[in-house]
Amino acid sequence: MLDQFFNLAIMAKALPLVLTGLGMTLLICAVVIPLGALGGLLAALGSVSESRALRWLTIGFIDFFRAVPPLVLLIFIYAGLPFAGISMSPFMAVTIGFFLNNSAYFAEIFRAGLLSVPKGQVEAARSTGLGQRDTLIWVTLPQATRNVLPDLLSNVVEVVKLTSLASVVSLGEMLHAAGMVRSITYNASPLVLAAGIYLLLLWPVIRLIGRFERRLAS
Amino acid sequence: MERFIDTFFNAAVLARYAPAILEGALVTVLLSLLIVMAGTVLGSGLACLRAYRIKPVSILIVVFADMLRALPPLVLILLAFFGLPNVGIVLSSFMVLFVVLTLVLAAFAEEIVWAGITATPKGQWEAARSTGLSFTRALIFVVLPQAVRMVIPPLTNRAIAITKMTALGMVIGVPDILGQATTAQSFSANASPLTLAAIAYVILFLPFVIASRWLEARFAPPAA
Amino acid sequence: MSKAIIRLAVPDMILSPAPQGSAATATFRVEALHKSFGADPVLKGINLSVQRSEMVFVLGPSGSGKSTMLRCCNRLEEPDAGEIFIQGDRLTGPGVDLNKMRQRIGIVFQSFNLYPHLSALGNVTLALRKVQKMPREKARVAGLEALDRVGLSDRARHYPSQLSGGQQQRVAIARALALNPTVMLFDEPTSALDPELVGDVLDVMRDMKRQGMTMVVVSHEMKFARDAADRVIFMDDGLIVEEGPPEQIFGDPQHNRTRAFLSRFHE
Repeated sequence: MLDQFFNLAIMAKALPLVLTGLGMTLLICAVVIPLGALGGLLAALGSVSESRALRWLTIGFIDFFRAVPPLVLLIFIYAGLPFAGISMSPFMAVTIGFFLNNSAYFAEIFRAGLLSVPKGQVEAARSTGLGQRDTLIWVTLPQATRNVLPDLLSNVVEVVKLTSLASVVSLGEMLHAAGMVRSITYNASPLVLAAGIYLLLLWPVIRLIGRFERRLAS
Repeated sequence: MERFIDTFFNAAVLARYAPAILEGALVTVLLSLLIVMAGTVLGSGLACLRAYRIKPVSILIVVFADMLRALPPLVLILLAFFGLPNVGIVLSSFMVLFVVLTLVLAAFAEEIVWAGITATPKGQWEAARSTGLSFTRALIFVVLPQAVRMVIPPLTNRAIAITKMTALGMVIGVPDILGQATTAQSFSANASPLTLAAIAYVILFLPFVIASRWLEARFAPPAA
Repeated sequence: MSKAIIRLAVPDMILSPAPQGSAATATFRVEALHKSFGADPVLKGINLSVQRSEMVFVLGPSGSGKSTMLRCCNRLEEPDAGEIFIQGDRLTGPGVDLNKMRQRIGIVFQSFNLYPHLSALGNVTLALRKVQKMPREKARVAGLEALDRVGLSDRARHYPSQLSGGQQQRVAIARALALNPTVMLFDEPTSALDPELVGDVLDVMRDMKRQGMTMVVVSHEMKFARDAADRVIFMDDGLIVEEGPPEQIFGDPQHNRTRAFLSRFHE
């Protein structure tokens, strides 16, 4: 048992490759999280706008991409689009797929945040002469973001976990690297090593989110 | 345009592989139902167990919930699928997917239900206990019914997100929608099966996504 | 504070053209204001002229349209018909720079509506910096001055959650005052306060009156209305039923509906 899952010799051998994979995992995150948050914010603004058409359009976008599993989206982009002559690198496919998926989830969170700001806040701002844009930037958004900070952080955790799907399209991120060593050694220890690194990365964040949630609740 | 339709909506390919995708859809639905039921029951049970505040038990539950929330499900799936046979436990790919996603949902459900329990005002406990209800009865008849209101919207969202992960089964050869579609796609050298899969997922999940939006609006406290 | 002192504090020449002063000289004027919510008419033609340094008190049962009228005055609620003038400048109609005009009309809300993510000073200076584009330091000085006028310059760094209800409402008043408005609107400014905190807010309003601020106040503080108001307006069912100096409205109301309303406030 110990030998099958916690074989230190194999882990040591796998470590350099897994760490290279970790670099790719972090790179995907660095690209996809800001993009997704920005796309989500824009979609959220659309979903609470005064224009009915824009509202329906953005809510349709959000719900569609919340209904499609990210792996289906990713495979569609990576393996389906080339049949139409649109080929791209795995990294590009991952970026586009996760951007669409993430935007939908971030949008839903920002939307909840925007709706949580009392109407009186906007009225107060407008009554002092602040325009729509200034009101959004200085009054509504800071409060909206603060109110959903735990959810935003939770979603960041979900995105980091999501990057593991990139292994399916052979992008050399952490899980892909660990899987490769596993298939050579017929031993699960490299996967355990990768799991350990995910835990190291994400557990503190999960604890932090719990703290935020308790503070917001009180 | 013609090429687009031929690639993504090829009628011949669609017709040929629709039965397979439909079979896949049955697998996806069955798996989803099993996961939601088992995961919710297990998670709620753990949250109730945690309410008794027995230190070692609570710590075990928290560690379980944290680990399964921090680890990518695909990592867990690969670990179970490739690792367990090495120690003599052989599970079908269907079973691996079911067990892993049930545990993941249970971890999230535990946290959500636990938050609902702790958010119930202390006065409710006190009122219940003061009328002679035991701790367990107070939990079941007074606290849980109130927690449900708070719990249903986030739990619905989470259940949708996790049942969508049944698509990960494709990686270990579960013949679910995506699994059938990728097989069909490689046989037909055409992207239409993938289109069909995406449509199948939208048909299956969109109603629940819309329902969750409605639930949230209904149960959410209105902004002042 | 006795009534006599207040009377002395306000120059006679300002008081004399009031209470029924002509529309032409009005600092703030509302004409034929109409507003419906769906099929439900809330304002059915309100005409109101407020003279410089006048304090006009608006009374009326709940649902009479007082708050809606006030909120229409700076177009937080868009009126269906009617015109609004401030110092002769029209606030209604197309092509009006609403944000600029709103700086001339301060409003104080029942629920304070302070920004929870900003300190007291941050609340007061936000519009100064973002709308008037005042440099940070200058805005700080102006903000502290406004807080000083409501007696809270020592609370500048406090956040709303660290202030009492009365203090929060005074910060909200300072936020409006900092913009040097021509007229101040008060929408039930003390209704959300614990009784012991009401006095502080009313004292600030008294001070503002003494310094010559033009004010329209919707409130149920009858004693304050009797002491401080130059003119009292009674609204019911979307119309102004009766208006006059406080002595007349409280002492000898002409209209049945006014009498019925006031009788509920006599203990």
